Amino acid sequence: MSAVLLAMAAAVIATTIAALWRAVNGPARSDRLMSVQLLGTGAIAALLLVAGATGAGSALDLALVLAMLSSFATIAVALAPAPGRGGAA
Amino acid sequence: MLLDFWTVAVAALGVLFFVAGTAGVLRFPDPLSRLHAVTKADTLGVGLIALAIVPQAATPLDAAKILLIWLATMLSAATVGPLLARVAIRNGDER
Repeated sequence: MSAVLLAMAAAVIATTIAALWRAVNGPARSDRLMSVQLLGTGAIAALLLVAGATGAGSALDLALVLAMLSSFATIAVALAPAPGRGGAA
Repeated sequence: MLLDFWTVAVAALGVLFFVAGTAGVLRFPDPLSRLHAVTKADTLGVGLIALAIVPQAATPLDAAKILLIWLATMLSAATVGPLLARVAIRNGDER
């Protein structure tokens, strides 16, 4: 079963990398942001699957840190002032 | 045995949501519908995978950690979704 779970982790990583096409090509700012958000979520899911496959508790610690911190970049950019307006968000 | 079946079946469902979310991000025509696809992967994808992995936890502490990861992901998804929608609307790319 652990081979199945590892294959699922690989599948999640592959789809996440495919979704990074949006981070490169946009076109909108929000498209790039949601692609980065999906990168963090995909990493959490892949780490959960690795933890289930190998029983490694360290993968759970990594996933926990990512779950706490990965959305901060998106939040920071979303709360930044819009380009060219100069005012508060 | 039954728990292993649960793990594989529910995790497969979660992976399916990731595939669907990525397909939506790549194929949907405008930012707000793409945001809809991303939030499904955020909540349902990670949620189902977390639920699937819980029976495989080595210790009760690990199981609690998995549920905490789920909780943190839910919180960040609920925070980031509306913020991303605000960015999209503020920049006028909802069309």
